Amino acid sequence: MAEVVVECRDLTKQYGSFTAVDNLNLTVRKGEVFGLLGPNGAGKTTTILMLLGLTEPTSGSVRVLGLDPARQPLSVKARVGYLPDQVGFYDNLTARENLNYIAKLNGMREPEMSRRINAALEQVGLSQVADRRVKTFSRGMRQRLGVAEVLIKQPQLIIMDEPTLALDPEAVREFLDLIRQLKTSGITMLLSSHLLQQVQAVCDRVGLFHKGRMVLEGTVSELAQRVLGGAYRIHLEVEGGDAVAAALRELPGVLNVSQEGTRFYNVEARSDLRAEVARKVIEVGGRLLGLSVDTPGLDEVYARYFKKGAAYAATA
Amino acid sequence: MQRQLSTTIRQQREGSPWTGLWAVVAKEMADYLTSVRMLILEALILLTAFGTIYAAAQNLRAGTGSGDDFLFLRLFTTARDPLPAFVGFLGLLVPLLAIALAFDSVNGEFNQRTLSKVLAQPIYRDALLMGKFLAGLGTLALALAAIWLLIIGMGLLQLGVPPTGEETVRMLWFLLVTIFYGGIWLALAMLFSIIFRQPATAALAAIAVWLFFTVFWGIIASLLARTLQPVPPGDLQALVNQIQLELMLTRLSPNTLFSEVALAMLNPAVRALGLILPIQLHNAIPGTPLPAAQSILLTWPHATGLIAATIVLFAVGYILFQRQEVRA
Repeated sequence: MAEVVVECRDLTKQYGSFTAVDNLNLTVRKGEVFGLLGPNGAGKTTTILMLLGLTEPTSGSVRVLGLDPARQPLSVKARVGYLPDQVGFYDNLTARENLNYIAKLNGMREPEMSRRINAALEQVGLSQVADRRVKTFSRGMRQRLGVAEVLIKQPQLIIMDEPTLALDPEAVREFLDLIRQLKTSGITMLLSSHLLQQVQAVCDRVGLFHKGRMVLEGTVSELAQRVLGGAYRIHLEVEGGDAVAAALRELPGVLNVSQEGTRFYNVEARSDLRAEVARKVIEVGGRLLGLSVDTPGLDEVYARYFKKGAAYAATA
Repeated sequence: MQRQLSTTIRQQREGSPWTGLWAVVAKEMADYLTSVRMLILEALILLTAFGTIYAAAQNLRAGTGSGDDFLFLRLFTTARDPLPAFVGFLGLLVPLLAIALAFDSVNGEFNQRTLSKVLAQPIYRDALLMGKFLAGLGTLALALAAIWLLIIGMGLLQLGVPPTGEETVRMLWFLLVTIFYGGIWLALAMLFSIIFRQPATAALAAIAVWLFFTVFWGIIASLLARTLQPVPPGDLQALVNQIQLELMLTRLSPNTLFSEVALAMLNPAVRALGLILPIQLHNAIPGTPLPAAQSILLTWPHATGLIAATIVLFAVGYILFQRQEVRA
C-alpha cells in the first residue's frame, strides 16, 4: 500500500454547541485524488482548515504528511498547497506580482523563484497574460492563477475547496483537464465539492459528508452499489397495458418496477437484465418501443442517500 | 493517552513567528506608496506644508533682526492669517493619514478573499499583522521625514541661514514623536479593521474616536474635573487640585500629548508643561531658552505615553486577530 498522506482519527470540531465536524476518520494515500462531497455546511471547509492548521481541532488527531498541523503548521503549510473556495487576489497587482508575493512568503529566492513562477504560469496557460492586472481576469483565469499559486510551492498535497464553483462549463472542462494533468504527475489531491458530476470525473475515491460526519466512503461504483442496492436501472417504453408491470415484477433479480405515465417504466435490478426484460415484455404481448440502462452516477447516489437520510430523520 | 496529550501541548510551536515578515512589509509598503489614497493625502500635506511654511517664512523675514536664535523652529509655529501654523495642521492631518493607511488593512484582505490564501502559506499570523503595522509605520515615517526635509530645504531658501545643532535635535525629536502620534491612530484603525468586517465602518469608527478626542474630550475633561473635584470658595489648594486633575484627564488624549510636545520642543522658552506657581519661577530668568536635552526630558513622559499607547492598541488588535476564525 502506498504511504498515507492524510490521516484523521476521530476528528471533531465544535463551535460552541454546534458540531461542525463529528468524529471524522479519513485516510488519503499518496497519488490519490480524493473527493469530499456534501451539501454546503456539511463540514468540508472546516475539515480542510484543520488539515492546514488554520483551525484547531476540538478533539481527535490529524496527520498530514506525517506532521501535526496544529504543532508544526509551518512545515505542513510549506508542503501543502491550498486553493480556497473562490480564491481572491490583489486586484491591483499583475498575475506575476501576485505569484511573487506568495513565492516570497514561501521563502523562495531568485533565480529559483522566477523559474518556478514561469513554469507554473506555463502549466496553467497564463504566460501570455502574466503582466496584466488580475482585475481584468475572468473567473476561469483567476481559478487557474490560483492553481499556479499552489504549483509554485511544488506541493506534495494539493487541497482545493469547491474549485469548480462559479465557473462556466468550458472553464470547468479546462480546469478538470488541468487536474487530470496534475494527477498524472503523481500529486495527491483532495477536492471538496457539491458539484458531483465534475468530481466523479476526476476522483479515485470520494467521501460523502453529512452534518459533520462522513457517512459513505469508497469509489463511485462502490457507493452506487451500497446506496442504490441493485445498481442497475432499466428504462422501458412499452405499449401494452397493466399486464407489463406485473410480469416484470415476477422476473428473478428485479427489485422494483415503477410506472411513469402509460408507456414508461423504470425497472431496478441487481444485474443487467435488459435481455430478460425485453423477452418478458414481448411474451406478455407488449410493444417494446425503447430500452436503455443507466450506469449509476454520484448524483443519484447522493440524491438517494439524502432522501433516505431525510426519511430516517423524519422517523427518528 | 492523558500523558501523551499533555506532552503535545507542552511542545512549542515550530519556527519563528517572524518568518515571512519582510515579504509582508515589502509588499504592503509598495501598496501604500503607490495607492491613490496615499497620493491624495501626501499632496494635501505637501500643500499645507508649502502654504504654511511660506507664510511663516514671509512673516519671519519681515521681522528678522530681532535676534531670534530659533528661526527654523519658528517655521513650524508661526501663523499668518488666515492660515494656522504648520503644527496645527499636523495635529489634524497625521491622524487622518494614519487612519487612511490602516482602516482596511485586515478586513480588506477578508473581503478580497486573500486572507485564507496568505495564511495557508508557511507564515504565522504574527508576521502578517506585524508586517502590515510596520509597513504602515514605515510609510508614515517616510512621508513625515520627507516633509521635514522639505521644510528644512524651504527654510534654507527663504531664510538663508542653516539650522543650528540645537534646532536639528529638537526637530528630530519632534519628528519621532509625530511618527508615534501617527502610530496610535494607525494601531487604532488597524484594531477597528480587525473588529469590523466593513472597511467603511472601521474608517468611521476610527474617525469618530479621533473627533471625540479632538473636539469633545477637552470639554468632558473639564466637566469631569469640576464634578470630581469641586472647589469651595476661597480654597486655593482645591483649585490647584482641580486644575491638576483636569490636566491629567486631558493628557489621556493623544492630541493633548502631541500638542504639548510641539509646544515644548518648538518653543525653547517653555520650561514646564502645565501649572506653574510663581514660587517655582523664583530665580528663573523669564524667556531664556532651555537646552534641547532639558526639553527632551520635559517631553519624555509624553513620548513614552504615545509609544506605550501605540503598543497597547497593537497588542489588543493582535490578540483579537489571533483568535479570529479565518473562514469568511
